[in-house]
Amino acid sequence: MESPFRSEEAAFRFLLITIGAFALIVVASWISAALGFLTFIALSAAAVAVYLRQRGPAPEPTHIEHVGSPSERRVLVVANETVAGEELLSTISTLALTQKTHFRVVCPALNSRLKTFTSDEDPARAAAQERLDATLSRLSSVGIDAHGEVGDGDPLVAVDDAVRTFSPNEIVISTHPPGRSNWLERGVVDSVRARYDVPVTHVVVDLAEKASATYLPAADET
Amino acid sequence: MSTHAESLPGHHDEHHGPPPANQSSRVDSRTLGMLLFIGSEIMLFGSFFAAYFFIRVVNPGASTITPEAWQFWPPCKAPPVGGECTAGQYEFPVFVAGVNTCILVTSSFTMHWALQSIKRGQRAAFLAGMVLTFVMGLAFLCTQVIEYLNVGFNTGDGAFASVFFGLTGLHGAHVAIGLSLLLMVTIRGFRGHYSPEHHHGVELPGIYWHFVDVMWIVVYTSVYLL
Repeated sequence: MESPFRSEEAAFRFLLITIGAFALIVVASWISAALGFLTFIALSAAAVAVYLRQRGPAPEPTHIEHVGSPSERRVLVVANETVAGEELLSTISTLALTQKTHFRVVCPALNSRLKTFTSDEDPARAAAQERLDATLSRLSSVGIDAHGEVGDGDPLVAVDDAVRTFSPNEIVISTHPPGRSNWLERGVVDSVRARYDVPVTHVVVDLAEKASATYLPAADET
Repeated sequence: MSTHAESLPGHHDEHHGPPPANQSSRVDSRTLGMLLFIGSEIMLFGSFFAAYFFIRVVNPGASTITPEAWQFWPPCKAPPVGGECTAGQYEFPVFVAGVNTCILVTSSFTMHWALQSIKRGQRAAFLAGMVLTFVMGLAFLCTQVIEYLNVGFNTGDGAFASVFFGLTGLHGAHVAIGLSLLLMVTIRGFRGHYSPEHHHGVELPGIYWHFVDVMWIVVYTSVYLL
């Protein structure tokens, strides 16, 4: 929703609309009090509907500066339940082979809304840490040097935090397939693409077909 | 907007110190502050409007004389006889307030003109717009004071008078605050401040002034016309 007072121009336009709307209400009220009231209700509902449908211009993507020598790059990997999926590990391996790459794996501590509101996040963080440790040790076993951390429960905030401290050249996001992924439903991948000016790779991991990955503890939400 | 991070161990990095502060909101912090302020003002006005409509629609005690006088709005000056307001009703100065409304609405146009002028680098037009806006705002406030002196009732003449002075007085106080902001902008303008690139100090008082205007449209319509 766009605020009618987001700028002087918008506020001035809102004033003109208000004048027109209240002129209509006054005229309708002079005809009949009930008609005036109905006009007020109808115009108010229309105004709310219009403002709810408004979308402001998309902000410019944030520029992420390259850190380190020109020959090396940094890749931020964001995943939770799918963090040990074969497709994701394959993508990381491919990236690791192309040039010197530093990886940071972020597992958002996904939690239910109720538990988030009540600050009951310890189990979620513990589960995320367990998944992260398993993934890092697996990457280490194939010779890939990676660091990792448990991120915020909101994947976008977790990415934002990691971007500010890690400054990646590329972001890899792993999700469940469309239809089973809350992240895709919430538009996490598209939001990350819109926010930063670095390549964002979306890896789909179908755990239902990969029984080998199901031993990982499940989060409340993915 | 850009962001960078600390260097990895063993790497030299140009940036030292902590990363820049994260501004999670994508709205400019000053504009966001004004929006929050206006939001609180809307709630304040909302409470006054709630009192006004409660007294006008629900509460017979709004009458100054007897509950029967409540059948009329504004109430009768004396108990109605045979269902008629023989002594006449209190009157709101609709015409004077209407002229005042025109003055205030016009001042929003000059405010908009002033901001558009400074955005285009037309300093003379900007200053003229600011002076006109300030003068018209002052005229509105002075007219309201004169209206109070001649309205024919006072705050002690029943709840209807209380809500009338409460609502219009609350708005008048906001006009006075807006005038203070406009005066500061005008003085800074004459001292050479603001430019096409830097006019945030004009834009925010402009937003506030339009908000004050919007609230007056609602007050005038509710109190004087309906």
